[in-house]
Amino acid sequence: MNSAIRFMQLMALACALLTGPAAAATAAGVAEHELANGLRVIVKPDRRAPVAVTMVWYRIGSVDEQNGLTGVAHVLEHMMFKGTKTVAPGEFSKLIAAAGGRDNAFTSRDYTGYFQTMHKSELPLSFRLEADRMANLVLSPEEFAKEIKVVMEERRWRTDDRPHAVVYERLMAAALTAHPYRNPVIGWMSDLENLTVDDTRVFYEQWYGPNNATVVVVGDVVPEEVFALAERHFGGIPRKTLPPRKPQTEPPQLGIKRITVKVPAELPYVLMAYRVPRLQKPAEEWEPYALNMLESVLSGNEAARLPQRLVKTDRKATSAGASYNGVGRGPGLFYLSATPVTGGSAAEMEGALRREIRRIVEEGVTQEELDRVQAQAIAAQVYQRDSMFFQARQIGWLETVGLSHRDLDLFIEKLQQVTAEQVREVARRYLIDDRLTVAYLDPQPLEKGARRAAPPAGVRHGN
Amino acid sequence: MATRTVMLLRGWTAALLLCLTPPALAILPIEHWQAASGAKVYFVANRDLPMLDVSVDFPAGSAYDRREKSGAAAMTHGLLRLGADGLSEEEIARRFADVGAGVGGRFDADRAGLSLRTLSDPARRSVALDLLARILHAPQLPASVLEREKVRQIGALREADLRPDTQAARAFYQLVYRDHPYSYRSVGEVETVGRLTRDDLLDFYRRHYVADRAVVAIMGDVSRQEAEAIAEQLTRGLPRAGTAVELPAVESLRQAVTRIVAHPATQSHILIGAPGIRRDDPDYFALLVGNHILGGGGFVSRINEEVRQKRGLAYSAYSYFSPQRARGPFIIGMQTQRDQAEEALAVVHKTLREFVAEGPTEQELRAAKQNIVGGFPMRIDSNRKILENLAAIGFYKLPVNYLETFVANIERVSIADIREAFARGIDPERMVTVVVGADSDQAVTAPDKR
Repeated sequence: MNSAIRFMQLMALACALLTGPAAAATAAGVAEHELANGLRVIVKPDRRAPVAVTMVWYRIGSVDEQNGLTGVAHVLEHMMFKGTKTVAPGEFSKLIAAAGGRDNAFTSRDYTGYFQTMHKSELPLSFRLEADRMANLVLSPEEFAKEIKVVMEERRWRTDDRPHAVVYERLMAAALTAHPYRNPVIGWMSDLENLTVDDTRVFYEQWYGPNNATVVVVGDVVPEEVFALAERHFGGIPRKTLPPRKPQTEPPQLGIKRITVKVPAELPYVLMAYRVPRLQKPAEEWEPYALNMLESVLSGNEAARLPQRLVKTDRKATSAGASYNGVGRGPGLFYLSATPVTGGSAAEMEGALRREIRRIVEEGVTQEELDRVQAQAIAAQVYQRDSMFFQARQIGWLETVGLSHRDLDLFIEKLQQVTAEQVREVARRYLIDDRLTVAYLDPQPLEKGARRAAPPAGVRHGN
Repeated sequence: MATRTVMLLRGWTAALLLCLTPPALAILPIEHWQAASGAKVYFVANRDLPMLDVSVDFPAGSAYDRREKSGAAAMTHGLLRLGADGLSEEEIARRFADVGAGVGGRFDADRAGLSLRTLSDPARRSVALDLLARILHAPQLPASVLEREKVRQIGALREADLRPDTQAARAFYQLVYRDHPYSYRSVGEVETVGRLTRDDLLDFYRRHYVADRAVVAIMGDVSRQEAEAIAEQLTRGLPRAGTAVELPAVESLRQAVTRIVAHPATQSHILIGAPGIRRDDPDYFALLVGNHILGGGGFVSRINEEVRQKRGLAYSAYSYFSPQRARGPFIIGMQTQRDQAEEALAVVHKTLREFVAEGPTEQELRAAKQNIVGGFPMRIDSNRKILENLAAIGFYKLPVNYLETFVANIERVSIADIREAFARGIDPERMVTVVVGADSDQAVTAPDKR
């Protein structure tokens, strides 16, 4: 069939679908549509520049990996640029670049995403290439042998030679027992060394399909046209039977856990993680919002409690902060961290952080602090609209972890409703020793001639 | 979160990335004038979002430090908002947060400045702008805050000094720039930061945060009239003209220098380079396009192709020019497992030599132009990016129609231009090479090649 005619027919089909329940536009101007094969397409028009950001999100991340195969989700992300039946290795990026575009990808615990930022007229190229590698990836042993070396270099660069990254990696492995959030996204080195191209193939064949993906487009586009284009390029890819996802539920923690990480560094550092609730039912829950406010009251601005008290007033810390990870497919964690000034210790920092938590439990927070955080949150909503990339990322992220972009307005509403008493209550309930894992960085001198962390003499793939 | 690269077009400075323009589109009407204070103002009105971005920059970066007080520029910049006009640092931070505004800074060898993002409604906007003006005009640079920040900075320096990437960068800049102020570390050294006093900072502020050297960029939801008032408000209380300080010229390297530094890291951190070009160098566009092909174009550049894609030697491998007021550096960088450092170095040197000798192919040149020209809309697709463009045009004294003519300037570049520009600017036989992450120290100086 002539492709132009076919395109017109699909346009008509898409317009018809738009009136049905399969597609809807929210107040924020976001439109969504689901293809027959299960692929979801979400479009947010932003007409400030003739640009479109395309993202393909797969609901597959390191959380879906099995024992001995950590890192495979991320390695597969690298391999997605290594050719299909019709596109040669490396050609994907060349085609995007020749069209004036930029492309890259990201892997996290919960998802894997691919994106292109291009002139809006190049959207068909993005869709054609993304649809092609969703279905037709070629995983060759030769390309794999080179790329796994790149990933090992990435691991060395990202983690092995960075003291705080090592502390975080070891903390996660200690804080969680059964849930795969305990494994690093990049994978343990030994697993990378023993990974095979067949491992990536199994993973690809199991998980890369239209019904495990969401396409997000933000830019100067018309939703109906994007839906039609998606139908044209992705519509022919058959739905997959996805394997069951094992919950791998984390058992209850039975007491405080402590680890020490000895690495070359100048200053000590403490990183604490409390197991706390995560957001699952945005309309019904209040605790995740209160934890969010707690995080902001502690370190949401330069005058917030941790930087103000520990760094500026007491002058015992060079930095101090809090962070709440409450949106995701696995357990929620609330982190506190601090680095002492020269001569200080990790134990002193732990004491100082605990004192701030105790103050909140005993005295609560002020309405003034809450108002400040809420003013920042409302302004941030406006500022976020300055970046198409950020907007696309926010939509894809929420959809992929099981929430909805439609909840964004609700989040702000619910944050506004959080009371000082609720902030105090979540601190009282959850920031307790039985939910806590503490990691100390114990600084070691740098031994110039020595070699650090020699890899085990295991089998290396590709040699 | 793990990404495939740090940033695809890693290599060109932010300002460069942003300074591109569409073919024959006057879609970015830049208004330019001089404020009564003498400050230069660049303004683009945009009413799409109810927000305003403003920045004020000065030639007050680390290159204006004195060697024995290296770090004064950075400390002055850092302390601006830590106490001003009777307000404590805590009051300042609270007032900004209360109206949902955010203050950021720019700081590099050439430039020091503050940027503000605020909602544009008059009530919030006026609070935020008033605070910014007070910070710029009446910083108290309190001695007690200085003492605290010195302790923090020295701790951070000692921590950084253990890291292979910091060690590599320090050695690199010292070898490339020797006596030139571009050799200073931007935040200073442990000893020089230790001796900074409040008087040093006050002196630096008075000499360098001067009204008629200020560049004000304004982007967003205000009218021209309002923008004029904002520019006056932000600059009229600044110190008045002192004598402008010119940076000394940068000398080329006379010979190749290689320094290998022992470090227990799992990877060797490699930097290769030399003095590059000034921002006003006539070879600017030829080198921009040429470097895009050599190592600036991300996955499609030669260095990335040879080092990463063909051989799997590194996660990140790139090259860039950083054109500055004086000759900023040309840098090739990568990190690789220690045992592979020699192989990686050989590959990069060969790639560079071939490129400088032969230049790019027709096909490479076409692809690079397609990417740079076709990617133009993404350089100005947000208020933030437009603000950065305005600030760079102002600071580096580029023509106001710089964006309008950019595509033509890119299209005009030929293979011969690139070959000649590299021949003039980059001699592969006279480069600094630094490798940190080896079993033992070595210093190798090649014979003088003159």
